[in-house]
Amino acid sequence: MAGAAVLGRLAWRLGEVVELVPETPRVATIVLAVPDWPGHRAGQHVDVRLTAADGYQAQRSYSIASAPEDDRVALTVERLEDGEVSPFLTDELRPGDRFELRGPIGGYFVWEPGDGPLALVAGGSGIVPLMAMLRHRETAGSLEAATLLYSARSLEEVVYREELERLVGSDGGPEVVYTLTRSRPPGWTGYGRRIDRGLLAEVLADADPAGTAFVCGPTRFVEVAAEALVSLGREPARVKTERFGPTGG
Amino acid sequence: MDFVTRGFRGRRRETDEGGRVPPGQYVTDDFPVLSAGPTPHTPPADWSFSVVAESGEALARWSWDEFRALPSETLTVDIHCVTKWSKLDTTWEGVPVDTLLADLDAEAGYVTAFCDGGYTTNLPLEDVTGGRAWVAFAYDGEPLEPEHGGPARLLVPHLYFWKSAKWVRGLRLMDEDAPGFWEELGYHLYGDPWREQRYWGD
Repeated sequence: MAGAAVLGRLAWRLGEVVELVPETPRVATIVLAVPDWPGHRAGQHVDVRLTAADGYQAQRSYSIASAPEDDRVALTVERLEDGEVSPFLTDELRPGDRFELRGPIGGYFVWEPGDGPLALVAGGSGIVPLMAMLRHRETAGSLEAATLLYSARSLEEVVYREELERLVGSDGGPEVVYTLTRSRPPGWTGYGRRIDRGLLAEVLADADPAGTAFVCGPTRFVEVAAEALVSLGREPARVKTERFGPTGG
Repeated sequence: MDFVTRGFRGRRRETDEGGRVPPGQYVTDDFPVLSAGPTPHTPPADWSFSVVAESGEALARWSWDEFRALPSETLTVDIHCVTKWSKLDTTWEGVPVDTLLADLDAEAGYVTAFCDGGYTTNLPLEDVTGGRAWVAFAYDGEPLEPEHGGPARLLVPHLYFWKSAKWVRGLRLMDEDAPGFWEELGYHLYGDPWREQRYWGD
């Protein structure tokens, strides 16, 4: 993975929180300075390890949100109400705090400029690794087509909304289509239902099926989206998925 | 290097799992799903399980009906996913791999499990024999759901769960260990959760 020399053990590194960005009522981005960070590819994740004063430890995996070009590592974390780790990360952390992480991990759910057109399908906080791809695409100046279909419960729960709007408005920016599954603002003319085959067919009607589709979201969402993409003619090997259950935290 | 993070206390489980949870894992009651791509749906009529030589020569093959006619075992085990969750006391029904290899003169040191969808994973032969691995077709008394690997998956509970290949269709006998899908992509060649062998070099 990463093409770099990673045959040695992935070392735990001490990251320092340099910025905390509230994204939505339940989602925050933690921006870290990580000494000797080896770099990552868009779509990869890290393991985070927190240690309590009595030595108790908890580990979780989080997707990297930042582009590979960014020398800081950004993790975007959704607070799970019953979670052990995510409420600490989203509510308790302050700039200057430090915790351990190691990575990058995962060499399959990744995209590089030159890999071809992107069809991105995000459910909720499944947007995070896909945002790393869109950021990478922009920073690298890639002209490969990109379409994002983003399913969120409401407009307030859309993560990175302002940045996505800015990307859409930029030269060669991606196409971004939302579907809001629970509540919609007055006058909303976009989609308002859970994703299904018909919705994917409409949104991706002009997308090059030879490109790679990346789907990230809860298990049920990913099952529906991946199956629909295959039934719409995409090769299974070009439908890459990453799933998270309503678990852990 | 163990470093204390200011303000983190964590939540210890109130129940004593009696040392059943490997380092870095937490217990979940859900059954999360992890797969790299779409879920294949192979109907029983098209399904078979094969044992093949490294050359590709077929050594044994069972249709779905033949496979299901083999003696099976019901077992309750703990499973550990490299993404950190562990699930205790999961109940499966499957055919022991010992049964599938019984009549073969298996001198190979390793096997590579191959699957619908192209997934592969590598294991030492001794880790899939001696009553340590099954080809499971039922979970919790029900036919195995496709998203959890149905119609049948490998079950090797003493290793991280990516070794328990979903949608398994056979075993290739190998003289030498050759990395499978995730093992090529940075995950550990062996994957012992008790030694926390998650990634290369662990």
